[in-house]
Amino acid sequence: MRRGTWMVAAGVLAAALLVGCGSSSSSSSSGGGSASNASSNKSPVVIGTSLSLSGDFSADGQAFQKGYQLWASDVNKAGGLLGHPVKLDVVSDASSPAQVVTNYQKLISSDHAKLVFGPFSTLLTVPASKVVNRYGYAFVEGAGGAPAAFGNGLHNIFDVSLPVIDNLVPFAKWVASLPASERPKTAAYATSDDPFTQPQIPLAQNIMSAAGIKTVYSKVFPAEVTDYAPIATAVASSKADAVVLGSVDVPTVSAFVHAFIQQHYSPKVFIATAGPDQGAAFLKAAGGAKNAEGIMYPNGWYPGYANAQSQKLVSEYVAKYGGTPADVNADVAEAYSVGQAIAQAVAATHSLDNPKIISYLHSGVTLNSVQGPVKFNAQGENGQAAAFVFQWQKGNQVQVLPVGASGSKPPLIPKPNWGS
Amino acid sequence: MSASSLAKAVVDGILTGGVYALMAAGLTLIFGVMDIINIAQGALIVLGAYMSYVLSVHLGIDLFVGLIITIPAFFVLGVAIEWAFMRRLREQDRTAMSILVTYAVAIIIEGLLSVIFGVDYLQLRASYVDSTFHILGFYLPYIYVFGFLLAIGLLGVLYWILYRTHFGRGVRGSLQNRTAAELIGVNVNRVRAVSVGIGVAVTAAGGMVFGATNAFNPSSGYDLISRLLSIVILAGLGSIAGALVAALFMVTLEDVVAVVWSPVWATLVYYASLIVVLSFRPGGLFGSAAVRAQ
Repeated sequence: MRRGTWMVAAGVLAAALLVGCGSSSSSSSSGGGSASNASSNKSPVVIGTSLSLSGDFSADGQAFQKGYQLWASDVNKAGGLLGHPVKLDVVSDASSPAQVVTNYQKLISSDHAKLVFGPFSTLLTVPASKVVNRYGYAFVEGAGGAPAAFGNGLHNIFDVSLPVIDNLVPFAKWVASLPASERPKTAAYATSDDPFTQPQIPLAQNIMSAAGIKTVYSKVFPAEVTDYAPIATAVASSKADAVVLGSVDVPTVSAFVHAFIQQHYSPKVFIATAGPDQGAAFLKAAGGAKNAEGIMYPNGWYPGYANAQSQKLVSEYVAKYGGTPADVNADVAEAYSVGQAIAQAVAATHSLDNPKIISYLHSGVTLNSVQGPVKFNAQGENGQAAAFVFQWQKGNQVQVLPVGASGSKPPLIPKPNWGS
Repeated sequence: MSASSLAKAVVDGILTGGVYALMAAGLTLIFGVMDIINIAQGALIVLGAYMSYVLSVHLGIDLFVGLIITIPAFFVLGVAIEWAFMRRLREQDRTAMSILVTYAVAIIIEGLLSVIFGVDYLQLRASYVDSTFHILGFYLPYIYVFGFLLAIGLLGVLYWILYRTHFGRGVRGSLQNRTAAELIGVNVNRVRAVSVGIGVAVTAAGGMVFGATNAFNPSSGYDLISRLLSIVILAGLGSIAGALVAALFMVTLEDVVAVVWSPVWATLVYYASLIVVLSFRPGGLFGSAAVRAQ
C-alpha cells in the first residue's frame, strides 16, 4: 500500500476511534453498578438502545444515556433482572431516522439484545417502533410521546412520559383564566415542523382564541432552519403579548431570546415547548438567568419534583456526573423511568420474554417511576402522567401550573424585561 | 405584511448573508485550488467558535481581538490538514475521495470537541452581541453589522491576495494547469498548502461570528454544510466575489420569503433558486472558468 493511502487509512481509523470515544459507550457497559454476588454469577441481560450521541439531538441523547446508565447501575446494585446483571448495549444513531432503524435491527438480530429501550424524540421513535415491532419486542420509551408515535396500530410501544399533545393545555387554560387586565390580548404562535411540537400548538391556540386572545402571527418553520432571525423578527414585529414557541431544542429558543432582546421586544408571556427544560445548558445559551427569567415550558418532571425516587435520582446524578440539581434535565428522568417500567414488568412476569412483558404492560397495572405513576392505555400512552408548566425564576426552574397543584408557586406575570 | 417588515427582512438578509459568505469563502477557495470538497468546513466553523469561546471565557479576550490568535492558529491547522490528508489523495479520484477524507476530519473534530467541551450548547457573549442601534426605524444588532464588515474586509484581503500578488498568480496558475505551473517554477504543493491554510484561517473568523449569533455544540456544523455548499456552487467554484454575491442573494431571498410568505417555503425557494440559476448558468454566477482566467 502506498504511503499516502496508509496516511488516509490511518486518518479514517483515527476518526472512527474518536467517534467511539466521543460518543462514549457505543459498546456495551454494565451501567457502572456492582451487581450482587448472586447476579454476578449469572450471564448478563443485554439491553440494547439507540441514542443520539451526535447530531442535532446529541445533548438530549447523551442525557438519556446517563439516565439509562444510572438505572442500570441501580438495578445491578439491587441484584439485576431476575438475578442477571444488566448490560447496556448503546449504539449511536447520529440523530438520523434512517440510522435508528439499522441500529435496532443490529441490536436485536446481530447483538441478540434480550430487551430494547427507546431512542430520543418522536422523530426517531416512530421508525424505530416499526422495526422493533417486527421482531415482537416490547418497545418502552420515554421521549416519543407525540401522536405520530401511537397512530400506527402497533401493540408493542409504551411511552412512560407525558403524552405531548396535552403539554400546553394547562398553560393555555391558565392564560384564558387570567383576569382581563392581566390576560394577553394578542398571541403569536411559531412552531418547528416536528412531530413533537406541531400537535401541541393548535390545541393551545384554540383555547386561547376562545378566550378572546387574537392571533397576530401563526407560522410553521422548517426543522432544519439555521437562521431564525427573520422568523423571530417577524414575531417581534407583531408585538404580540404572548408568544407560544414550538421548539425542540436549546438553539431555537436561544435564537428567539437573542432576537427579541435585539428588537427591544419583551412579551408578557413566553412559553417554549422544549429547550428551557435543559437546565443549566439553557442558561448558558440564553445568556444567563436574567435572560431566562419568566420563560415558561411544559413538562412532566423537574429536579425539584417532590417524589422520593426522583430525589434519589437527582442525588445519584450529581454524585456521579457532578454539577448541581439544576443540571439534571427531564431526559434523565424519562430514561430512568423506562428502565423502571421494564424492571417492574420483568419482576411481575418472572420472565424476559417480550410477549409476556407486552401483555403485562397492557394489563392496566399502575407502575411507579421517578416521574410519578405510569399506567398505559390501549395505545401505550401513559394516562396517569400529569402535565405541569415550569417557569425560570431567579435562576431556578419553578413549578407554576396548574395553579393550586401540589408544589405549584405563583407564576411571574408579566415576564420581566430582558436582563432585569 | 408591511413595507417596513419587508425592508427589515432585506437588511437582515444582507447582514446575515455577509456572515455566510465569510463561512463559505474558505470552502470555495479550497475547492477552487485543489478540487477538494471540504465537508469538514462546518466542523471547522464550530471549532472556530469554540476557540473564540476559550479565549473569551478563560482568558477574557474580546471576540474580535481573539481573531489575532485564532486566524494564525487556523492557518497552521489548515496547512497541517492539507499535509496530513489532502496531499495524499491521488489526482485521478481526488474530488470523490476528498469527501470521505474531509468527512473523517469533521468526525475527528466533532469527537475531540465532544470529549473536551461536552455536548451542551454554548453561545459567545460580549456586550455587543445583544446590543443594537436604531436607524431608519430598524434596530440593527451590532454583532451582525460588525460581522458583515469583517466579512467584507477579509474577503477583500482574500481577493487582493488572489488577484494582486505573486502568490495569487501562482494559485491561479495552479488552478488552470498544474503541469504548466510547475514547469514555470511554481511550487504547486506549497501553493496548495498555503491556500488551504488561508481558507481555514478565514473560517476561524466565520466561526467566531457564527458562535456569537447562534447557540452551538460540537454537532452544529452539519446543519451548515449543505447551505454553504449551495452558496459555493451558485457562486462558481473558487470565486471569492461570487461567494459574497451568492450568499447575499440566497440568504436575502430566503429571509424575504420567510417574512412575506412562510418560513416553510423559504428553504424550498432557497434551493429552487439554485436550480434555476444553474439551469441558465451551469458554472454558477461567476463560473469557475472565468474565475481561473481573471
